[in-house]
Formats: sequence, C-alpha cells, structure tokens
Amino acid sequence: MLVLTLILVPLAAGLLLLGLKPDLPRKILVSGVTLAVCCGSVALALLPMAGWPPHVELQDLPVSAHAINLGMFLVELAMSLFILYVGIRAKKPLIVLLILAQAGLMVWFELGPGAHLEVAQNLFVDKFTVIMALINGIVGGGICIYALGYMREYHEVAHRDVPDRRPLFFALLFIFMGAMFGLVFANNLVWLYLFWEITTLCSFLLIGYTQTEEAKRNALLALVMNLAGGLAFAVAIVWLQKKTGSIELQAMINSPDKALLLLPAALLCFAGITKSAQLPFSSWLLGAMVAPTPVSALLHSSTMVKAGVYLVLRMAPLVASTKVGMMVALVGAVTFVVGSLAAITSSEAKRVLAWSTVANLGLIVLCGGIGTYEAVWAGILLIIFHAVAKCLLFLCVGVVEHKLHSRNIEDMSGLVVRMPRVAIMMQIGMAGMFLAPFGMLISKWAVLKAVVDAYPSLSVFIAFGSAATLFFWVKWMGKLIEVVRPAERIKKELVLGEAIALYGLSAATALACLLFPLISSRFIEPYIYAVYGQSASLGAGNIIIMTIMMAMVLLFPVSFMGYGRGVKVVDAYLGGANVHSGVQFRSTADSVQDVAMGNYYLRNMFSEAWLSRWGVIGCALLLVAMLTVAFL
Amino acid sequence: MSPWIRILIYLVAAPIVGGLLAGWDRRISARMQSRRGPPIRQPFYDVMKLWDKQSFVTRRSQNFYIGFFLVMIIFTGALFFGGSDLLLVIFALTLAAIFFVLGAYKASSPYSFVGAERELIQMMAYEPMILLTAIGMYMVTKSFAVNEIASHPTLLVLMLPGIFLGFLYTLEIKFRKSPFDLSCSHHAHQELVSGITTEFSGRTLALIEIAHWYENVFLLGWVYLFFASMPVLGVAMSLLVFVFVILVDNVFARLKWQTAVRSAWLVAAVLGFGNILVLSLMR
Repeated sequence: MLVLTLILVPLAAGLLLLGLKPDLPRKILVSGVTLAVCCGSVALALLPMAGWPPHVELQDLPVSAHAINLGMFLVELAMSLFILYVGIRAKKPLIVLLILAQAGLMVWFELGPGAHLEVAQNLFVDKFTVIMALINGIVGGGICIYALGYMREYHEVAHRDVPDRRPLFFALLFIFMGAMFGLVFANNLVWLYLFWEITTLCSFLLIGYTQTEEAKRNALLALVMNLAGGLAFAVAIVWLQKKTGSIELQAMINSPDKALLLLPAALLCFAGITKSAQLPFSSWLLGAMVAPTPVSALLHSSTMVKAGVYLVLRMAPLVASTKVGMMVALVGAVTFVVGSLAAITSSEAKRVLAWSTVANLGLIVLCGGIGTYEAVWAGILLIIFHAVAKCLLFLCVGVVEHKLHSRNIEDMSGLVVRMPRVAIMMQIGMAGMFLAPFGMLISKWAVLKAVVDAYPSLSVFIAFGSAATLFFWVKWMGKLIEVVRPAERIKKELVLGEAIALYGLSAATALACLLFPLISSRFIEPYIYAVYGQSASLGAGNIIIMTIMMAMVLLFPVSFMGYGRGVKVVDAYLGGANVHSGVQFRSTADSVQDVAMGNYYLRNMFSEAWLSRWGVIGCALLLVAMLTVAFL
Repeated sequence: MSPWIRILIYLVAAPIVGGLLAGWDRRISARMQSRRGPPIRQPFYDVMKLWDKQSFVTRRSQNFYIGFFLVMIIFTGALFFGGSDLLLVIFALTLAAIFFVLGAYKASSPYSFVGAERELIQMMAYEPMILLTAIGMYMVTKSFAVNEIASHPTLLVLMLPGIFLGFLYTLEIKFRKSPFDLSCSHHAHQELVSGITTEFSGRTLALIEIAHWYENVFLLGWVYLFFASMPVLGVAMSLLVFVFVILVDNVFARLKWQTAVRSAWLVAAVLGFGNILVLSLMR
C-alpha cells in the first residue's frame, strides 16, 4: 500500500493544488504532502529492515486491473492529444510526426496485441527502487519546500513581469514527483511508459512556465527530444511483446536469452539517453535553465534526468560486454569530456551547473554501458551523491540570483562576506561534487576502477574529463572566497523555506559521505548481488583512510578559531603605489586604476559551440551505430 | 618493513632529504650558470630565517589554507609510503594542491590571483597523465596498492616506457620548474612577481617551502616505483631524474600556459594513452 500511496498522494496533491489560489492553504498543503512523502520514502527504506517487506499487491484494491489500465489508457490518450495540439499550434511538424507515430503505435498496441496481456506484477520494489524513491522523496521534497519561499520572492520582488501562475507551478511539481515515483516502481513497461510521458509533458510545461519567447522555444526543444525517446520506448514495448510475450521489466532483465532482448534494451537505452540529456540531446537541458530555479533543480537532481540514467542502469546487465553496450559507454564517455570542457568556458553559474550535470550523467551512462557489477555499483553511487550535491548547488545559485540580480560567477566575488551562509553551503556542494573525500569523488574512483577492468582504453576519457572538472570548480570556489573590496553583508539571506531546504541538503551532502559505507552495504550491494551474483565495495582500509580525510577536512573550519591572531594585515601588492586601501593603485602617467580580477575561461582554447557541434555529430553517429548493431 | 615504520621514516627523513635536494638544486643550477652557488644547507637557513620573521597577510584567513596544504601534502606522502591505493594518493595530492590554490585566491591580490589561476591550469595539464600513470601501473601489476606495485617482480619501466616519458614530462610541471614555472616564480622581479606565493610571508612561506620538500620526495618516490624491482637502479634513476629536471630548468625559458596545456595533453594522449592501448591489446 505504501508504494501506491507514494505514487498517488503527490499526484492527488498536484491536482488539488491546481485549484488553490491563496497562499496560506497552499503552504500548508505543500508542507504537509512533502513531509508525508519524505516520511513515506524513508519508511519504505527502513520497514524491510524491521521485518516488514513492502506489499505491492493490487488485488486488494477496490478497482479491477482492467479498469486501471483503461484509466491509464485514457490519460495517455489525453496527453497525446494535448501534445498534438501544442505541436500544431507551434507549427512544429516534427512534434506532430513524433506524437502521431508513438501514440498511433501505442493505441494500436493496447487495443490489439496488448489488450489481453496478463501482467503478473504491475509494480515492484527492490533496493535500487528504494534508493531512487529516497532521492525523489527527500531531495524532491526539499525542492518543493524551497519553492514555496522562492516563488513568492520570484513573483513579488524579482520578476514582477512574469504572470503569476503559481497554482499551476506547484501542481506540476507534485505531479512530476508522483510520476517519478510511478516510474521507479513500475514493473509493467506500459505503466512505466505512461509515467515516462507524464514527466516529459510536465518538464515541457515547467520549462515554458514564464511564457517568454525563449522559454517557449526551449520548452518545445525539450519536448521534441524527449518525444524521440518516447517513440523509441514505444517501439521497444511492441517489439518485446511480439518476441517474448511479456512486458515486464523484471522478466526482461532476468531473461536467459539476452541476445533476443538486445534490440529492446538498445531502444530503451536510447530513450534513457534522450531523457538524461546526453549528447546529441544535451541542448534541451541547457535550454531548461530559463525556468525558475526550483525547476532546474528538479530536472537536474531528483527527477527527469535521473529517470533516464535509471533506465540505462536497469538495462546494464542486458547490454554488458556487447557492442551495443560499448556504444552506450562511448556516448557517456564523450559526453563526460565535452560537458566538462564546455563548463570551463562558461561564466554563467546555471550553465556551468547544467554542463556539469550533463557530464556527470555521462559518467553514469558510461557505467550502464559497461554493465559489469563494479560499473553498476559505481553508477548507483553517482546517482545518489550527484542528486544531493547538485540540488544544493542549484538552490544556492537561485538564492544568490535573487539577492545579487545576477547569476554570473564573476559577480559572486566576495560572496563569503556578503552572503556567508549561502557561500559556505555552496562550497559544501562544490566539495561534494569533485573533492576527496566527498561522495562524487568516491564514485568517480569507483567508475575509474570499473572502466579499467572492463575497457582500459576508455579510462582516457575519465582522465581528461576529471582534469577539466577540477579546473572549473576550483576557480568558482576561489571567486567565492576572494574579497577584493570591502562589501556589506546582505540582510536576510534566506527565507524559511529556502533555509530548511539548504540546511537540510548541506547536512545530507555531509551525511551521505559519512554514511556511505552503510548506504553501500545495505542498499547498493544487495541489489548488485541480486542481479549479478557478486558485488563490489571499497576495501575496509580505504574506507578508514577516507574517513580520516573527512575528519581532517571537517577540522579545517576549526582552524579559523585563530582568525587574525599573530598576523599584521597589510594591503596587497599591486605593482604601483596603492591609492585607496588596496583597491586602486597609481599607474603610469599618474593615472589611478581600479583593481580588477577575472577568472580564466580559456575560450580561445575550447569554444562551447565547437565542442557541442562535434560532440553532437560524434554521439549521433555512435547512436546510429548502436541501433544498427542492435537491429542486425 | 611494517607500513607504520615506513611512514615514520618518511615523516622524519623527507624534510631533511627534501631540503638537501633543494640545496643541491641551487648548487647544481649555479654551477650550470658558472656561479659558485650557496652552501648545500642554505635552504634550511632560509627556512629558519623565515620562521622568525613577522607574519604579514592581506586577508586574515589566508594562512589557514596553507597550513592545510602542508598537512595534506604530508598525508599524501604518508599514504604513498604506507603502501596505500595509488588513486587515493592522487586524490589526496589534488586536495592538497587545491588548498594551496584557495589560499592564493583568499589573499585577493592580483599577482597571487594570476598565480592561482595558472596553478589550476597546470593542475589541469598534468592531471590526465598522472591518472594514466596509475592506470598503467595497475594494468601491469593488477593492483593499485603502492606496496603491491613496489613488490611486483617485473621492471615496470620496460612495460611502461611511454607512460614513464609522459610522467617525466608532467614532473617538470609538478616541480614548477622552467619551462613550466608559470604559477610561482622564485625570482620576484618577473611579470608574475612571485605568483601564487606573492602575499605569503614569514612562517607561512616557510611552511610552503617545507611542503615542497615533502612533495618532491614523494614525487621521486613515485619515479622509484618504475624501477622498484631493482632498488639500487631505482634510487639512482630517481636522483638522475632530479638532475635532469634541473638541467631542463636551466636550458629552457618559460612557455606560455597555452603551450603547457596543449603539450602536456598531447603527451598524455600520445605517450600515456598509446602505452595503455598497447597494454590492453597485449592482454
């Protein structure tokens, strides 16, 4: 029942919120549902340990399975008609074509061959599902709480020109969340497909929230790319049913005849790659930044893109050590390098974060393509740590954007003085993204080992990509802590909702690292063991060393106790006579010059456009090769 | 020998050996330039003198970063000589270097800022080759653990000639010597002033010096790994590599950072990746 509650409560709350105009009841409803969903997902994780395995029987429901399927079919039909309408109104023949093809296929399937299909188990729960549900519940919940405070400031202070459609906004957030729960619990692929399409539609509506020309354009771009993935999904279902007579995810994964399933697996990987914004489809995620920050956080951390890599990792056992798997791995590897290099060239905070998401998802897709037990273990670790740290970073940037009216990294100079709390939490998030001994680095380490054991030559991608990652994070960190000129502290850094979400996520970033051995042994390893019959882990010795390092890093703030003791403060050396306490100096011909320092973006060396163009071409060729190999 | 004893020896002996190496460096460089040069013990005198000087800062928290830089460098070396995982050693080294860079950012002076940016660029330049070196060693010895790599019977350099040459190239960057002394120059009359160390003085500058001694010993220890099955050859080669680095320092002028990144990445891609490709085909 818990599983059904987790899916249905956010969906119901979403529909309810749609009609809720006043602020206060919305606040109460959002907080209540978020709390319920958080508790629900934690309960789902903890109950089996107390000896209560989750029940996912549908028999005890008052409605028949047939009625549920009919209801879902109608929802699907309604969504298809809506997308068709959007496509026609926007005069986008590609959208019309894609939605007609996939809706036509699914209607034919569900009225024809799929009508009398007996599905033994529509929903299921395993350890991987539980992890995804936890991320969705806790991180997604945090975003909803944050959005309460953020959206109010968004409409009442920062963006008065944008029409206030908050009921729709919150409704979509919760429907999105419910669909994501459905997606990870679904065993019946038709159900999974429906939830998949709901996330596509929700992301389209959320990206277009502000209804500016740019927002509309980018929303349509996201729609068209995700519809391409949806079409591949639909074809996979039809093919699977025709060849095996079953549309159950677990049956597919556990099937002994892996060669027969290679094509549907490849198609589902393709769908996953579109949804997780890998090259050549990365542009939709970059375009999604036009939406308000909670949307970006939601798309980048707990839902949407994570749905894509979830599906790719599910397919991992099927594509392991095949040519299809190799192609998927290469797409991920190329995306990782291109994303990391492109992030160097950008000074816009959200864009850097977006490229970094694309790159990190590339690593996860790489793991899925390799498909060995080590790789999948590393991939799941990446999903967990990335969700928490990236969400924290997006939410921090959102707050900074409201206060400084800029999301340019150069404008964040001295943030540690102006907004100390946010600056420190941002640094926690960044450390979580790339530094030892935090989570993402542990995961990258695991990825590297898995890659070296499977395809050693692919490790070169990780080597170059990691080097670039290091560069763009550290120069951003440096900007936050440098203080060139005196600055005033901004009053009231955070409103309540924002504070809860940010403090919670900062704690989660640190906790995820400290509890990482437990997360691995209780959740990831049992799942890997169930699928592969063997499992990976970090050796005990290494865990001890990581813990020592963690302790040392946590001691670093303690050293600030000696702040300003035993030192004489002087002005910086400027190569000329300092004029105004170290922020101006006397230069040639007695002119007075301001001190200005700007980060390197290496735009002469790598250009974003060049990288994207060749990345898109390369990865598109790889995908064509993948599908060709799978068909043959 | 138990790992703890090796760590203890490292902790005590590394600053002495590192300091002496720095002294030889200055002496050999001087002789290459037809000067007499200072006494071998000069670096120790310098550090002692710095220790007694008053500490000037531009920002009050800048020195804490340097303190942690030293701690993390010592930790990195201890992990290495304790026989730990080579990848973990690299990550610890990166963490240490980042503290150094952040300290320079914190100082908020234009020269230390440029030094910090360039140091990051240098890190970006050498990181791929360093990782590929660890991977190459793993492919030959089937282990990332330094103690197992060290006790492997084959002479690693024979299997990893490309990686060894590439590693030598990155050592030039890591030692911050010409042609790659981009981030921090020892000669403060240049356009960079003293780069990343510009705003550090007194005891903090002494700590940076000591950190470099620890770091250099650790790096030469890594060179030794390539020859670990023949210990005498290993020590001799480590010293030879050190002399070679000094020679290059004196022969070359400084390169642009663009050239540093391009060339280091080219070396990593051709020599490092090429070597790994050959190894994976041989399996």
